[in-house]
Amino acid sequence: MVRALGWLAAASLAAGLVMAFAVAPREVTQGQVQRIMYVHVPLILASYLAFAVLAVASLVYLVRRDEAADRVAHASGEVGVMFVGLGIATGSIWGKPTWGTWWTWDARLTSVAILFVMYLGYLLLRGTLDDRERAARYCAVLGIVAALDIPLVHFSVYWWRTLHQPPSLMKPGGFTGSASILWPLLINLLAFVLLYAYFVARRVRLLRAEAEAAA
Amino acid sequence: MSYARRALAVVWKDLAVERRSKETLNALVFFSLLLLFVFQFTLGGDRERLAAVLPGVLWLGFVLSALLALGRTFLVEREHDCWEGLLLAPGDKSAIYLGKLAGNLALMLVVEALVLGLFVVFFDIDLGRALPGLLVVVLLGTLGLAAVGTLFAAMTANVRARELLFPVLLLPVQVPVLLASVKATEALLLGEPLAAVAHWVKLLVAADAIYVVVSLLTFDVVLEG
Repeated sequence: MVRALGWLAAASLAAGLVMAFAVAPREVTQGQVQRIMYVHVPLILASYLAFAVLAVASLVYLVRRDEAADRVAHASGEVGVMFVGLGIATGSIWGKPTWGTWWTWDARLTSVAILFVMYLGYLLLRGTLDDRERAARYCAVLGIVAALDIPLVHFSVYWWRTLHQPPSLMKPGGFTGSASILWPLLINLLAFVLLYAYFVARRVRLLRAEAEAAA
Repeated sequence: MSYARRALAVVWKDLAVERRSKETLNALVFFSLLLLFVFQFTLGGDRERLAAVLPGVLWLGFVLSALLALGRTFLVEREHDCWEGLLLAPGDKSAIYLGKLAGNLALMLVVEALVLGLFVVFFDIDLGRALPGLLVVVLLGTLGLAAVGTLFAAMTANVRARELLFPVLLLPVQVPVLLASVKATEALLLGEPLAAVAHWVKLLVAADAIYVVVSLLTFDVVLEG
């Protein structure tokens, strides 16, 4: 099952790569560099998914005290931090030739950077707690506080500073770009969501094995 | 004992301990005095530049003393082996949270009043008409800091490297509160009315409400063992 998920993720990543380079048109003003979008956007969106799963799993853990929920939260946190970190890196690589700078304190960049450090803190807390049951409880609380903090971060940073192009996929009125851009983007999004699911499934299995070995 | 009385018992105990030992307050007062030196040396004497960064520096002072003060919330219990006593307190544990929060809020407001006074004297800021609005913003901002700080202090009390972990957890979560407080303070010091920063005040109120409610609901879980 997990192995099948892995192959599915690999196949869709390969398909996404072909779509991004062969099907998607060359952008008129930005040129070839714009193709990094097909990795950048899916990475960030998949990390949002990871943090949403983390929040729900945290809540489930607090209500039912189910260790499986804690393992899902743990794995999602690790994969989410990696994805959002790579998302920021790919964004920087895209930003340098198009905006002329690696980094700018624009509203959305800042929000994502805060998300990154917040969940990095979450992983640090996990790393310092040796007692598995206590780590699960504390991290669940932090996961919920972090999730509720996201709208506050969004509004405060938006009011503080608003260079990033507006969202292209999830915006009011729906996507208005051409299908030749939409399909490669959607295939890549699917690929990264599958990759996320595969990583989480593998990590959860490893965490369970560790717990069993310790018991 | 009723809920309120249990919360008050915690406040009273902490205040009594603090009044007799004066450990935290003395050090914090000294620390805020030192901060003044650091700000003066790092920013230089240029009055105009100083005026432009003052709201941010003021809140930096508040945050640094808050990190020191809040991080110590449960250390009294740890150092004097009273942690189990806290755990054995009957009834809903959120009363303990409320008591600790009230104590922290009182401590921080005292230190902040002092920092503000030092700024008025040494950096020559004219509070004038801004004072009532500033009090509202400082109160709301401090409540936000203290609400999450008290919860996180309980989480990090039993953790290795707690002095490092506490700020690392608290600061990212507090970005909205800091942005709102600094921006509102900036506008108020420029002579704008409180109504001009209503959106920031609303954000602070929303943040405070969310933090306090979540902390009350989850504190039981943190204090379990």
